[in-house]
Amino acid sequence: MTAMLDWVRMDGYGFYIWSSYGMLALALVIELVALRGRRAAAQRRARELRADPVPRA
Amino acid sequence: MTQFARTWYRYASPASFYPLAGRLVPVFAVLAVLLAVAGLYTGFVVAPTDWQQGEAYRIIFIHVPAAWMAMFIYLVMAFWSAISLSFRTRLSAMMAQALAPTGAMWAFISLWTGAFWGRPTWGAYWVWDARLTSTLILLFLYLGYMALRAAIDDPRRADRATALLALVGAINVPLIYFSVRWWNTLHQGATVSLTAAPKMAHTMLTGMLLMTLAAWCYTIAVALHRVRTIIIEREAATRWMADLDEDESDPEYQARGTSMPLAAKERQ
Repeated sequence: MTAMLDWVRMDGYGFYIWSSYGMLALALVIELVALRGRRAAAQRRARELRADPVPRA
Repeated sequence: MTQFARTWYRYASPASFYPLAGRLVPVFAVLAVLLAVAGLYTGFVVAPTDWQQGEAYRIIFIHVPAAWMAMFIYLVMAFWSAISLSFRTRLSAMMAQALAPTGAMWAFISLWTGAFWGRPTWGAYWVWDARLTSTLILLFLYLGYMALRAAIDDPRRADRATALLALVGAINVPLIYFSVRWWNTLHQGATVSLTAAPKMAHTMLTGMLLMTLAAWCYTIAVALHRVRTIIIEREAATRWMADLDEDESDPEYQARGTSMPLAAKERQ
């Protein structure tokens, strides 16, 4: 347990290291969730468009 | 026409590229996860503590790949933008558009991790150093690119305007890279060079390169996934998209392994 805590503390640099890796993880999650949402919205709009096509000018 | 040119022209069509990208996304996603696990293991378990920076140096395993990716993605964006302007190919503009958010993410991570590395080593989260300032400009260029595209309703006009911005902004990339040589900066010079021996331990370098490859594979997977979404957004009214929708609801679609929708292929 102590060894694990020592590893997490990273010799006093834990805050800087885990803030960096944490922000990367957060950014990846945000990007992937946003990408999934955008794709779902695009597919929904495409189906609506095909179901009820609007004549192009 | 050479085989390369034929393949190039074939996959310049969104209808041909869409299914190909769909097959490549899982390959690069799995590679990204495997390389990231190997890179993190090497970086946190195998690589020793740095004699000068202590454990704080472990931030470089994401800082350096993020900085490299941010610069490289912008150059790739500029390349696709140049192709788009020169040949008016729709897919080139879509590729540039698909890369921008991921490039912005890497630029932000590069600045964030640089700040958290700078505080324990330099004593400050931020200094108006040439390398840091030019990287901040790179982030603004990415954000400006996305804002400009969002501000123009007509996709073809947006393609041209953003392509010009990408090309003009590309001048910033060599400025970032050479800033540590051209100006007296606080930021250290290049640690890894193609022409000189690395200035770091072998295991540290291995961890950093594995993480760089993971970042590459992640970027390719995400960009391909996003370009498929952009194709849906922009080609929704086309016949091939309607055929594809029918094809994808067919359970045999994945097993067929066609490089384009079956219905579209049968029409050719």
